[in-house]
Amino acid sequence: MTRIRFHQSLDDLKERLLVMAGLAEQGIQRATEAYRVHDLSICDLVSRSEIAINRLEREIDQAALDLLAMEQPMAGDLRFILSVIKINTDLELVGDAADAISERVRGMDQMAAAELPVDIPRMASMAAEMVRKSLQSFIDADAELARSVLTMDDAVDDMNRAAYKALTRVMEEQSHLAPQALNALMIAHALERVGDHATNIAEDVIFWVQAADVRHMKSLKKAGLLP
Amino acid sequence: MGVGIEVIDLNAWYGANHTLQDINLKIPANQVTALIGPSGCGKSTFVRCINRMHETNPIARVTGTVRIGDLDIYEDAKPVEIRRRVGMVFQRPNPFPTMSIYDNVAAGLKLNGYSNRRVLDSVVERSLQNSALWDEVKDDLKKKSGASLSGGQQQRLCIARALAVDPEVLLMDEPASALDPVSTSKIEDLIFQLKSQYTIVIVTHNMQQAARVAEKTGFFLNGRMVEFDSTDKIFTNPSDKRTEDYITGRFG
Repeated sequence: MTRIRFHQSLDDLKERLLVMAGLAEQGIQRATEAYRVHDLSICDLVSRSEIAINRLEREIDQAALDLLAMEQPMAGDLRFILSVIKINTDLELVGDAADAISERVRGMDQMAAAELPVDIPRMASMAAEMVRKSLQSFIDADAELARSVLTMDDAVDDMNRAAYKALTRVMEEQSHLAPQALNALMIAHALERVGDHATNIAEDVIFWVQAADVRHMKSLKKAGLLP
Repeated sequence: MGVGIEVIDLNAWYGANHTLQDINLKIPANQVTALIGPSGCGKSTFVRCINRMHETNPIARVTGTVRIGDLDIYEDAKPVEIRRRVGMVFQRPNPFPTMSIYDNVAAGLKLNGYSNRRVLDSVVERSLQNSALWDEVKDDLKKKSGASLSGGQQQRLCIARALAVDPEVLLMDEPASALDPVSTSKIEDLIFQLKSQYTIVIVTHNMQQAARVAEKTGFFLNGRMVEFDSTDKIFTNPSDKRTEDYITGRFG
């Protein structure tokens, strides 16, 4: 009853997701590089990758759906496919975030340069590190590494809150810099979302590897719905 | 109503072959329990020990305790009495080919000494209703033989025959493996309806079927029960790697 073809299909699904993961991760790196060096040609590369990511998202969902329908997977295989479907969505949204950052960088090109009290490269580096680690945990089926990603999300959230505070003050006190501040605020928000997607990916890896649902633990405990 | 089954230190042999080793489990009343495992793992031997059919083979031997409700079946009862309380349905439908549909269902009752026509009529109708076959055969009860029915109908006839003697437990050894998908669905629907009245143990090679019909599932391997747990646990996150490897098709 060994299912060689099915297990090859699972390997193939993982390979395809990793190709998409590489594109999404590269998208964030390129978008933040475009911000740092104000190079619009890099923004064009991000947009091109986004199309490839969207195509892969559809292909991976279809392949996963086919396996669910045809192979009736169980246990670890079932959890793996469910995780792939969810990680697929998060990676596509990471690609969207990279594209959104690129759009902001394009917008900045029309504006005067401004010194703003926000360290976007540091925030981008942290968010990209979360994506990298969450994907490494997926490659290695390493739930402990995935758990380490969850603890990083608070730091990115804190950076986003600090950016919001500092940039809204700029808008209030230096209204001529409001467009630049708003742009930076949107980039910070996109990076915060990237951190959230990396967290989701890490949670999905933990579900796949350990069959443990670790989502929303803090809020559910706070509401008394979990011990 | 169904009753629970408790199995303690059950061992079984065919000649020198130790086919069941140290089986311990509690099968809950009025639920469906599925037994899965590769061919030759002991699951069919296990169900044959629950109604003392195993010992009908001259080279077979059993030790240990099986309690059906309060009854210790190897200490307190005769095999005939056990088989009245524990109905069995086999892989291939096996109606008595020369008997009418009516006589097939009434056979067990007649063997137990019932001859009152009104009682027999009532039990035959109730049993065929409970096996979801009544509407399809009510006009031909005495005209058609059991063998004239389709495979799926024959299997439901065998279920009706098992139900007629009012058992507490229903054992089903791959009851749908010889049936087409529509007949299989009917048998599965029937299992769902019957569990409110009977304790059901089903042996199946079809893991999706186990997942669909059973509250509890036991995984047998090499004569041992590797894991027994709620069905959703077994099929989404089994505790034992051997269970995981089997249900995901990595061996077997």
